[in-house]
Amino acid sequence: MKSASDQFSTNANRALDNPILQHALLNVKQGLVNRRLQAIQNIPQFEEWRTYASQIKTHTLANMDFYLQQYEQQVIASGGQVHWASDAEEAQQIILSICQQVGAKTVVKGKSMAGEEIGVNDILEENDMEVVETDLGEYIIQLAKEPPSHIIVPAVHKTKEQISDLFFENHQAYGCHERLTEVPDLVNEARKIMREKFHAADVGITGANFLIAETGTSVIVTNEGNGDLSSCLPRVHIVTAGIEKIVPKLADASLLLRLLARSATGQDSETYSTFFTGPKREQDQTGPDQYHVVLIDNHRTEMLSSELRPMLRCIRCGACMNHCPVYTSIGGHAYGWVYPGPMGSILTPSTIGLENAKELPNACTLNGRCASVCPVKIPLPSLLRSLRIRQFDRGMMSWQARTGLKVWALLNRYPTLYGLATRIAVKGLGLLSNNGVIKSIPLDAGWTPHRDMTAPGKDSFMHQYRQQQKSGDRS
Amino acid sequence: MNTNTKTGAGQKRIAFFVTCLVDMIRPSIGFAALKLLEATGHTVEVPESQSCCGQAAYNSGDIEAARQTARRHIELFEAYDYVVAPSGSCLAMIKTDYPVLFEDQAEMHKRAIALSEKSFELLSFLDLQGVAIEAEYHGTVTYHDSCSGLRSLGVKHQPRNLLNKVKGLSLTEMNDAEVCCGFGGAFCVKFPEISNHMVTDKLNNILTSKADTLAGGDLGCLMNIAGKLSRQGVALRCFHTAEILAGMTDGPGICASKGTSGT
Repeated sequence: MKSASDQFSTNANRALDNPILQHALLNVKQGLVNRRLQAIQNIPQFEEWRTYASQIKTHTLANMDFYLQQYEQQVIASGGQVHWASDAEEAQQIILSICQQVGAKTVVKGKSMAGEEIGVNDILEENDMEVVETDLGEYIIQLAKEPPSHIIVPAVHKTKEQISDLFFENHQAYGCHERLTEVPDLVNEARKIMREKFHAADVGITGANFLIAETGTSVIVTNEGNGDLSSCLPRVHIVTAGIEKIVPKLADASLLLRLLARSATGQDSETYSTFFTGPKREQDQTGPDQYHVVLIDNHRTEMLSSELRPMLRCIRCGACMNHCPVYTSIGGHAYGWVYPGPMGSILTPSTIGLENAKELPNACTLNGRCASVCPVKIPLPSLLRSLRIRQFDRGMMSWQARTGLKVWALLNRYPTLYGLATRIAVKGLGLLSNNGVIKSIPLDAGWTPHRDMTAPGKDSFMHQYRQQQKSGDRS
Repeated sequence: MNTNTKTGAGQKRIAFFVTCLVDMIRPSIGFAALKLLEATGHTVEVPESQSCCGQAAYNSGDIEAARQTARRHIELFEAYDYVVAPSGSCLAMIKTDYPVLFEDQAEMHKRAIALSEKSFELLSFLDLQGVAIEAEYHGTVTYHDSCSGLRSLGVKHQPRNLLNKVKGLSLTEMNDAEVCCGFGGAFCVKFPEISNHMVTDKLNNILTSKADTLAGGDLGCLMNIAGKLSRQGVALRCFHTAEILAGMTDGPGICASKGTSGT
């Protein structure tokens, strides 16, 4: 997927002024946040689960080579095929080749962020295949020709009215001429159209929430059952997954599933949790003839061998962005790529390059609410700071920021100088005071355009304290 | 006012770390803190060559500069029994991040850990010490939970315990008290529009709470919120909790015009 992450500030500011988006974001800011709270209220062991889950993932990441090889052996033993893609282009070619070999005309897709990452729709459409997104949210944004704005609810930025418009425009071709306005009617129309696509599809592509090494199983969760229909009806099932989705055992996947839905949408479990192991067996009534797993690296092994390794624990629940006051102010599109919010501010620069997503690690107050809800306890603020350290070391800051920091460092090295500078600042700001309040500071484009500044008192604390100690008076 | 007299081995030496914003913008918070700390019965000193805790450099990625200032503050404070600061973010820097800064230097790491164990955010410290609160404040106060204090240091019930001891004061909780106000250090000037949006949300929550006073534990947050309230012409008093607890609320609140004072 092409990135617009270098337009972050512009897009973020535009989003702030978009009343339709702001209204839609309430569904995340209040809706999803409250639903998660309700779901975990009756689970006293939720914190313990988070600790275990974090340990499982940490252990797995420390032994990725072993588990990936075990996984591959098990997939092959169950009749499937495993393909290793070092980057997006390689993954595209592998998937294209599989589709071309079976003469695919129609491809149905379950929601896969890894699929978005590698641009699988683009390569197939360029080669004259019809690609149909079957997750309702993904279907909606496919019609709107927009990227996802959230990893779990990709069309969360769209209102019912906008969706009604999209369906009315795009479903004429299927003989649907009535403008629908109620949610059940819209869902049923989409369902009817998709049902035809499922039956017509030659290939189904899904993502994977987990890959289980012990059994060579891929797991997906959906609320609509579209993952099942995408994988069982077509002749070929392709699973696209980042290598970090690997977990050792079925029991591990079980624990992670308990955390996933609750953290994402406040459900105890997604409606469908499906486990796929290999293609159709002789005795099966349904199932694909071919089962392919495309394991994607795309900079994950780089992250694995760096201080960013903990980011690979991510189980793609979306809780971090739901609880992020920056994300819920600007929505997902401002981040400019597949992954938004806190996890996206780490994954996007790590995948497309820090120089292409400079602002993302900085658009954060380090408030830590994301880390406090992450089911696998990723230290998100620390990782964002690590990216800022990389930026500093690579001289990627503006000269103003660099100079400011140099001055700060100098003053801090010489406390007397620091004390003096503080007193000068006190006097300087005092000149701008309008009865205790400062309305405008020259050259300030950040603070006083939006809020008043507190004027300082007569002198710094340290100076006043020193004077009082000298005179023996403490009032 | 010494309400607990401690002598000999019972009396400890507290190093007061004023923090840069309090030092520069609102010294009254520092004096309020000193008054409250002295009420614990321990001796309180303000070590001379203190400066900024280093989070500005740390959070901008300048690790070396952060390490230099951290080293100096470890050397300055380590001889004391306690280090106390009227700021969650600055104290969190000392408590949780100074050890991280010296992870690869065994000796300094040990010293950083030792300092960390005796460093306390002011309100947590006062609550732990069970200090008596004699102040009066007639108003309805709502509390903003600053992020670092809340999530790095567990500051949540302590300020509320203390405020509940103030005669005439009633506490009311706002919605989303724990959601970031949008200050975030450099964030508020790097991304001013997003920051403005976040502080506007906070303002709306304060107004819905029907409180007439805002209290908090971090001057950065309070300046941000009070600055927005002032710009919007909302007459709501903002104080650092220390000022309320020390009975120092006769003058103007944070970012309020001189000549405005409360009842």
